Amino acid sequence: MLIATLSLPEQVVLTLAALILLSSFLLLAQVRLDSLINIFALQGLLIFFATVLMAFIAGKYHLLISAALTLFLKVYFIPGQLRKLVIRLDIRREVEVIGNPMLIMLFAAALVLFSYYVALPIRELSLLSTRNTIAISLAVVLIGMLMVISRRKAVAQVVGFMSMENGLFFAAVVSTYGMPMVVELGIAFDVLVAAILFGVFFFHIRTEIGSLDTDRLNHLTEVEK
Amino acid sequence: MNFVAATLVLPLAGVIILAFIGHRQSAKTVNLIISAATFVTALLLAIEVFRQGPILSVNKLFYIDGFNVYLILLNAFVGMTTAIFSGPYMEHEVAIGRVDDPRMRLYYSMYQGFLFTMLMALSTNNLGILWVSVEGATLATVLLVSLYRTHESIEAGWKYFIICGVGISQALFGTILVYFAAVKIIPGSEEGLLWTVLQQHAVRMDGGVMALAFVFLLVGYGTKVGLVPLHNWLPDAHSEGPTPMSAILSGLLLNIALYAVVRFKMLVDPALGDHLAGNLMMGFGMLSFSVAGLLLHRQYDVKRMFSYSSIEHMGLMTFAFGIGGPMATFGALLHMIVHSLTKSAIFITVGHATHLAGTQKMSEIRGLIRTQPFVGWGLLIGTCAIAGFPPFGVFTSEFLLFTATIKSYPWLAPPLVLGLSVAFAGLFRNLQPMVFGEPPAGQKPVVANMWPVFIHLALVLWLGISIPTVLAQWLNQATVMLVGKGVL
Amino acid sequence: MTGLFWAIAKTLIVVLAAPLMVGWVKWLKCRLQNRKGPPPWQPYRDLLRLSRKHVVLAETASPIFRMAPYIVFSVTILAVSTVPVITVQLPVAALADVIALVGFLALGRFFLSLAGMDVGTAFGGMGSSREVTISSLAEPALLMAFFTLAMNVSSTNLSTVISVLGQRDITLYPSLIFSSMGLVLVAIAETGRIPIDNPATHLELTMIHEAMILEYSGRHLALMEWAAMLKLTLYSLLIVNLIVPWGVALTLVTGDLVFAALIVTGKLLLWGALLAVSETIQAKMRLFRAPQFLGLAFILSLLGMMSHIILEVQ
Repeated sequence: MLIATLSLPEQVVLTLAALILLSSFLLLAQVRLDSLINIFALQGLLIFFATVLMAFIAGKYHLLISAALTLFLKVYFIPGQLRKLVIRLDIRREVEVIGNPMLIMLFAAALVLFSYYVALPIRELSLLSTRNTIAISLAVVLIGMLMVISRRKAVAQVVGFMSMENGLFFAAVVSTYGMPMVVELGIAFDVLVAAILFGVFFFHIRTEIGSLDTDRLNHLTEVEK
Repeated sequence: MNFVAATLVLPLAGVIILAFIGHRQSAKTVNLIISAATFVTALLLAIEVFRQGPILSVNKLFYIDGFNVYLILLNAFVGMTTAIFSGPYMEHEVAIGRVDDPRMRLYYSMYQGFLFTMLMALSTNNLGILWVSVEGATLATVLLVSLYRTHESIEAGWKYFIICGVGISQALFGTILVYFAAVKIIPGSEEGLLWTVLQQHAVRMDGGVMALAFVFLLVGYGTKVGLVPLHNWLPDAHSEGPTPMSAILSGLLLNIALYAVVRFKMLVDPALGDHLAGNLMMGFGMLSFSVAGLLLHRQYDVKRMFSYSSIEHMGLMTFAFGIGGPMATFGALLHMIVHSLTKSAIFITVGHATHLAGTQKMSEIRGLIRTQPFVGWGLLIGTCAIAGFPPFGVFTSEFLLFTATIKSYPWLAPPLVLGLSVAFAGLFRNLQPMVFGEPPAGQKPVVANMWPVFIHLALVLWLGISIPTVLAQWLNQATVMLVGKGVL
Repeated sequence: MTGLFWAIAKTLIVVLAAPLMVGWVKWLKCRLQNRKGPPPWQPYRDLLRLSRKHVVLAETASPIFRMAPYIVFSVTILAVSTVPVITVQLPVAALADVIALVGFLALGRFFLSLAGMDVGTAFGGMGSSREVTISSLAEPALLMAFFTLAMNVSSTNLSTVISVLGQRDITLYPSLIFSSMGLVLVAIAETGRIPIDNPATHLELTMIHEAMILEYSGRHLALMEWAAMLKLTLYSLLIVNLIVPWGVALTLVTGDLVFAALIVTGKLLLWGALLAVSETIQAKMRLFRAPQFLGLAFILSLLGMMSHIILEVQ
């Protein structure tokens, strides 16, 4: 058993990775918007802890800066903005009907297995103790994409998109101890701008269409009118 | 090096200045001045690269070589000519009430912001910053696509945001994988994303990881190139936004995404040793130009039709890069330039035509050549150019592609010709009545500055007949970097 | 010989102590709800009372109806005998396969459902169909959780699992964390506790287990109730011994066995307390939401297995 040979902090990182994957599954199943935002914030918090532990395990203290950035953006700012938006847009009580949640969950499980196979060559090469978690990070990215595809409410699609970014950050941390600082800052800036733009967009959609149900955005098609 | 900084700082300053004064009458002049200044610095940069060879900045963050110098110049040039067009066009839009003051400030400042991110993407040496810039370009234009705030434009903007955002995230994963492969063999982790460093060590990078990375990168950046089946955002985004936006989105942003794919291909090919990257690109490219050519026929909106034409041409370029070989690569690189010039010229003309006719529906636009001959002729010649008539540059590059296909993959030549003919037929079938039909009563000419269009088309004609030596040398250098031997 | 003696003794003790477990949970729930409640040994009095009463059989009852209580009771005793309680060194240890265990429980459930439908009343059929629905969703989760455990120790034998896990160094296994959570959820569903089924309900339309035994009376009802209490004790033993395997004796030395008995009793009391608290703070879910609850259990067990494959193996 590989895991028994690791030190305790490394085992905790693996456990956190498994919990991050669980949070991705929970995101897929959430029907109410405020619990969706809370679980997203929880996912960010778990990634923050995992990054901090990695920083101490590997001695790469620049990871602490990235971790702090993630904490600010993904745990405090973006969920906070989303909550405020949800209240201002008056959609707090809306409940989304997810068609066939069990099928989506099973598909998500299939995506996890797919990520495992895709990530096998990477696992062979990596020398880090957390190389097994690369598959988990790819799975989080793909499950985020599944969420964007399967949801109708715009806010849920945005949470799925941000969850993809979570997975990407986690992938960078566990495969290469984080990207160069310049790039991390650039990516964080992009995510911040994207979050702000999403907020602005919600108001535009709401003003024009009267609801945030993206199924109503269906005027542009290839079928002739 | 100073010129690189100047080329980047000018648009950045433009973002800030125009955010404050964008609603004033003087905004269009300021926009034009900044774009012209950017073009001048880009020209000076090009001259310096011509004299000295490739420039690597001191902090290794910027790298200008034969592949991106002419793209930077092209970017700045088209930015300038579109700014010439955009001034009176947006004034007209404000006059008819489609856009208000705050949105004009957004428009002008994001116009410069868009140019800034594109120039940054082209000039950077750091592959992570490349990603950040391409994502930044998407973010800068999202609100511009939905500028008119109609139901359709908001839908187009949302689709653009979500599809491109999700796609680009895949590209980030690919970039992380490339960094992972690089860190294995390069000691300093800060240098692991620098293209110049990676190119030297490309042969030693692990093939399996690089193949996986390329798949993610192709899917990711390919979404922004508009490859089928990831193209769904493109016709909507290019047709619902203001026409100057369509011109630079079609003309420039697609090129930059393809540039990113090709830069990575230059790293992946030595690492893999086999033809996987090329085969993938050929497959996507062929699918794109076939499907786009067919879908062209079904369009009822003139800007949508030309957007599908953009998808078709990007598919041709991807296909050509995929074939490999010096002739196809040279052709593809040339095609990047001429397509950009022609497509932006067409969109500018279409902008005038839609003002003339008051609508974007092709069934209601008639008799352009009778009402305003310059617009009619511009559209006719532009469409001839994009469809691949000799002696325009598009014919030259398509001919090079065709020759290379016959040489390496003769069985792919019939689908290639079929795709080109189908698109040709679609374009002219729709164009004929628009240009030559009977104009409806009361159609009056509009104020239209057709100089940008004719300059672009003249350049495309020039490039078709005789490519200037300096450009040919740069194209050749890029070809050598890609496939190992050049055409000249 | 001592092994056989202890095996029989263990089974008898568990069978006799099962009502005490149920009584303890009920007593705690009453206390938590600020009521005085019946004493913890009340279930014994109920069973005695029922066994003395007259059996009333419907005219439409078939022989299955009369046989079912005995079958269900004996199968549950058989299941209990295979589970290691205080030691893993018993001769029945070879029988203690998880798949066999699931099979025994399925056999009991089969006859219970048949008995519910047998008389032809509406409530009995309703109870049976609900029971079967819930088990069909719970069994995959249960098996998945067991398989994760089995993959971890490379054996499906319960005794091997407990002894191997108990002897390892303290390691954080994500797979075991997840499969334990799944196992707990399945246990709640299979034993008919809140939030799946309210054991104290008197409203027929909300019943699942009670509806199936609605037509029973006298000693038949006593056996059915006792079997249900045994099932709860069985699942509780599985949970406390698999999740917290330390404290189970590895030998047949008397001193070890007494010590192990004390620890197991403590664990069971603690688990009973947790169960009582969880039942008090939750309400029963609508039946339509039960599949979601079990879906969560399945996902947790599946995640456990995937964590094992992805994270824990070389």
